[in-house]
Amino acid sequence: MRFIQEFRSSELAKGLISRIHQKSKTQARFMEFCGGHTVTIFRYGIRQVLPKTLEMLSGPGCPVCVTANVDLDKAIALAQIPDVIITTFGDMLKVPGSHSSLQEVNASGADIRMVYSTMDALNLAEENPTKSVVFIGIGFETTAPIIAASILQAEERRIRNYYILSMHKLCPPVIRAILESGEVKLHGLICPGHVSAIIGSHPWEFIARDYGISCVISGFEPIDVLQCVDMLVAQIESGQSKVEIAYRRGVHPEGNQQALKLMKQVFEPCPAQWRGIGEVPDSSLKLKKEYQHFDAELAFDIDPGPTYEPVGCICGDILRGVKTPLDCSLFGKDCTPQYPIGPCMVSSEGSCSAYYLYGEGFEG
Amino acid sequence: MLAHGSGGKLAHELVESSFLKALANPLLAKLDDSAVFNFSGRLAFTTDSYVVSPIFFPGGDIGKLAVCGTVNDLAMSGAKPLYLSLSFIIEEGLPQGELSQVVDSIQKAAQEAGVEIVTGDTKVVHRGSADKLFINTAGVGIIPEGVDISGNNARSGDKVILSGAIGDHGIAVLSRREGLSFSTQLESDCAPLGGLVADMLAASSNIHSLRDPTRGGLATTLNELAKQSRVSIRIEEEKVLVRDEVLAACEMLGFDPLYVANEGKLVAIVPPEDTDKVLKVMRENHYGKEAAIIGEVRAEHPGRVVMKTCLGSSRIIDMLVGDILPRIC
Repeated sequence: MRFIQEFRSSELAKGLISRIHQKSKTQARFMEFCGGHTVTIFRYGIRQVLPKTLEMLSGPGCPVCVTANVDLDKAIALAQIPDVIITTFGDMLKVPGSHSSLQEVNASGADIRMVYSTMDALNLAEENPTKSVVFIGIGFETTAPIIAASILQAEERRIRNYYILSMHKLCPPVIRAILESGEVKLHGLICPGHVSAIIGSHPWEFIARDYGISCVISGFEPIDVLQCVDMLVAQIESGQSKVEIAYRRGVHPEGNQQALKLMKQVFEPCPAQWRGIGEVPDSSLKLKKEYQHFDAELAFDIDPGPTYEPVGCICGDILRGVKTPLDCSLFGKDCTPQYPIGPCMVSSEGSCSAYYLYGEGFEG
Repeated sequence: MLAHGSGGKLAHELVESSFLKALANPLLAKLDDSAVFNFSGRLAFTTDSYVVSPIFFPGGDIGKLAVCGTVNDLAMSGAKPLYLSLSFIIEEGLPQGELSQVVDSIQKAAQEAGVEIVTGDTKVVHRGSADKLFINTAGVGIIPEGVDISGNNARSGDKVILSGAIGDHGIAVLSRREGLSFSTQLESDCAPLGGLVADMLAASSNIHSLRDPTRGGLATTLNELAKQSRVSIRIEEEKVLVRDEVLAACEMLGFDPLYVANEGKLVAIVPPEDTDKVLKVMRENHYGKEAAIIGEVRAEHPGRVVMKTCLGSSRIIDMLVGDILPRIC
């Protein structure tokens, strides 16, 4: 078992696709929450092979895309403070804030390093005792535990020049916010795989129970997504709404207890601004009182200046599933991966980027 | 350690001790201002600068790359590579041992490629003005009579041949990059392809296009060919070979192997009637033993590259935009 090729098998795919076609009778609208799923769906042309009864929508599950400009501006302002080294995951570099991006301030002299792990950031702090190393804490429940682990490590190793700028987002609260708004009528939800690997399947149960929406947690290979759609169709056709796990090799119903424990030890929930969605209660994480000396917002005097949103960009509507990139007048003309205007075109997991790169809606 | 600005004598010693001995040939040994040689026929001439970081990576180093890269650019015009120039820009502080190692692999790669280094230059710059070592090579080669290879020549109906697995070089280099190191058995595919191209030309003088999918990967190369020849290219995902190690690293980093660099692979656009014989000689060559037909050239939608996925659906393959950056989750 190599865990990749088996899940891209054309034989298995053919079987699943014909099963979905046979089973699906009722018109239904599914949303994939996660940007990783959006990429799989476009990269493998999954929308093309599904029956006309099924409508697929992309959701807000791209951490870069949902980060509000006000938060991006804080990171960019921090980068311009002398003797600060910003460490970040690669996706964040190109995202435009109100006035600039991390990549642009890097080109004009700010010290910004791309890291793959928070431990690299921590080591960098240890090696540069005269500098302040700030890790941009972006991501969902997937990345929060490793950032919590780095805080505990910093404490243990007595590293006092390591900080985090917490811009974490939590998934279940934002789904509730979207469903509460009533803007989008959904019948099924493709629940995020990696987020669920951490939090388990129970936190999604309210969606099935309170909103009558079928939920299946999916992996990220094309066979995973097809299997997930097949299971959603089975629920719809039998009039059920419950939470099921298609991604058995990655997700346990109880989640990853160790990771959850780390998160709870270091962080507590707080409200957050989501691009296009606004403030959502308890949808972010802030450092608990005993770890506040690692909080970059408290340690530095950050002045991000006034916030601007790009004119004409509909990323916010796209993130709520109300519009698609094809509805945007900037898409593919003024806004391309080379010259992006909105974050959904910048991030590799953004809907606009997926539509653009994989040619959704092209003929031939 | 190499110091900057130590003047003529040290530079002379460096050239004598490191380069002349390792790269010895009569043209270089003259130490005149120019290499002088006779030529007849159609000449191909190319240059490239090499700034890879780190300078040593699994399966090669910047020296091997500097020879193979330029040799391959000549070969992709159908030329038999003959002579190279070699210029070093060295950051002061580079250990002499590392330089010797690079020169050594230049010698080995040049020998395998059947080319001679006939002229060169060395500069040592202040610390911070270069990143350890930059190399520029230029090369000339002769194009055999009757050979007409160009990115403009792809025609509807032609077959697209890929010489082997993609992504090895990019992932091997990335695996050693600071802040990103991960362990892999994978080695760069860095190799001189002049011999492979010579075998292919011996089998068919009617090869339309050749290109090595280096930076930007297979996707970018196919797009260049489609745009230059004003045709579309359709490939099949399942025909494109990607090693498990590359696939796994790409999954981890959020890359698409189609965009990852290669340094020892080529794409050939060949008329259908010559495909079998070209493929046969490629598979007999060490650097083409995994060669396969991955798709074909079509007339409609000029400039477009489309891939049939493993699900039977189609998607557009676009050019690479900017650098590929690792993702968050």
